Amino acid sequence: MSGKPLTIAVTGLNATDNPAPGVGVIRALREGAGAGDRVVGLAYDALDPGAYAQDIVSDVFMIPYPSQGLDAFLSRIEYVHGRVGLDVVLPTLDAELPSFIEVAPRLRAMGIGTCLPTRQQLDLRSKANLAALGDRAGILVPRTAALGSAEDLLRVHERVPYPFFVKGVYYGATLATSYDEAVTAYHKVVAQWGLPVLVQQHIGGEELDVVGVADGEGGLVGAVPMKKLLLTDKGKGWAGITVRDPDLIGVARAFAKATKWRGPFEVEVMRDRQGRYQLIEINPRFPAWVYLSVAAGQNLPRAAALLAAGRAVEPMDDYRVGTMFVRISLDQVAQLDDFQSIVTTGEIVRSAL
Amino acid sequence: MASTLRDLALSDTGFVFDPSSGATFTVNAAGLCVLQALRDGLSRGEIGARLRERFDVRSGDPSRDVADFEDLLRHHGLLPSVALSSAPSVAGESR
Repeated sequence: MSGKPLTIAVTGLNATDNPAPGVGVIRALREGAGAGDRVVGLAYDALDPGAYAQDIVSDVFMIPYPSQGLDAFLSRIEYVHGRVGLDVVLPTLDAELPSFIEVAPRLRAMGIGTCLPTRQQLDLRSKANLAALGDRAGILVPRTAALGSAEDLLRVHERVPYPFFVKGVYYGATLATSYDEAVTAYHKVVAQWGLPVLVQQHIGGEELDVVGVADGEGGLVGAVPMKKLLLTDKGKGWAGITVRDPDLIGVARAFAKATKWRGPFEVEVMRDRQGRYQLIEINPRFPAWVYLSVAAGQNLPRAAALLAAGRAVEPMDDYRVGTMFVRISLDQVAQLDDFQSIVTTGEIVRSAL
Repeated sequence: MASTLRDLALSDTGFVFDPSSGATFTVNAAGLCVLQALRDGLSRGEIGARLRERFDVRSGDPSRDVADFEDLLRHHGLLPSVALSSAPSVAGESR
């Protein structure tokens, strides 16, 4: 794992009550850093909490939302590259991945590596295609239907019985036990995320998640399974513990093999009352709790960064079972100078560049 | 996905961690004694005797309490259901 020091940019500094993964990824990278390695943050909002965590990241640059146009997006990355000399960029948000995948060849031409799936692979694990992926990988998937209009709700129960979850393409899941609840949830999802809207059978049991990194050749670089111990009202894990579950790692392995996935991912499953795993979702990025993998012995963000830099990474099999995390909310004191700087210049530079 | 008793992490304070499910439990001193005895492979009657030896059992048959405790362990998936059929149902019998 030697080589010249790396400068790694990480997005997703929005560490709120539904945190983006960036801060966890940066903590992991700092912990696994080689001599001279540096991490910079890429923020979408001047008040992204991670931008003010100066003990975690020294230098932060604002970037435009990809929806503002890829040229503007790429131009800004080019600017950051000129300032700090990027070797790797690790995007951590679902919505930005299609853009990063599209500009990856141009980033590569600039000397910036990424560890991303292809667009085709990204689509394979989308909620709309999850059932087909399940067939391909031999993984059980709850019955799912894609809706193109509210009228589809009238007969969807013939394919997916109540109760079911009404889901957006990227985010959100609302349990509906009746037609009226389903209609309300449908319109809420359409307003936030557009079409299609997914309807997924409710599976009773317990939720388990796996964070992993796959090598793009059908193999796993590492994977750590976790059971959520405490959930927020949005269903996000606020505490969790690593578990010994070879079968669950087998699900992650089957996913990596079937898709030849490259990069980070999170598999969410329900273990039903018969002890079977039902695949709920595959997120194409690290989860916010990724630092737990580091605490358990697998620095998966570091592995992704090394893969992005074109370096060899040894597969990691072991991890410590029973490693816990309990998230905390803190009011961090921020410096007005930092706020002023990011608002007026679009960057906070605390180190000597 | 039931764990074997041997997989459980038991602390001296009665904290129990199931590494397969991530579930945690707490047991009192008598419960801890029974769990350790089950891991040692003792029969229900032998466990009852151990309880009498270590605790102030003034009345009743502790083996019956052990049976109830085993049911509770099965309910939480900590004891395989196969043990149910092979377990003695009468206090004092040994396996």
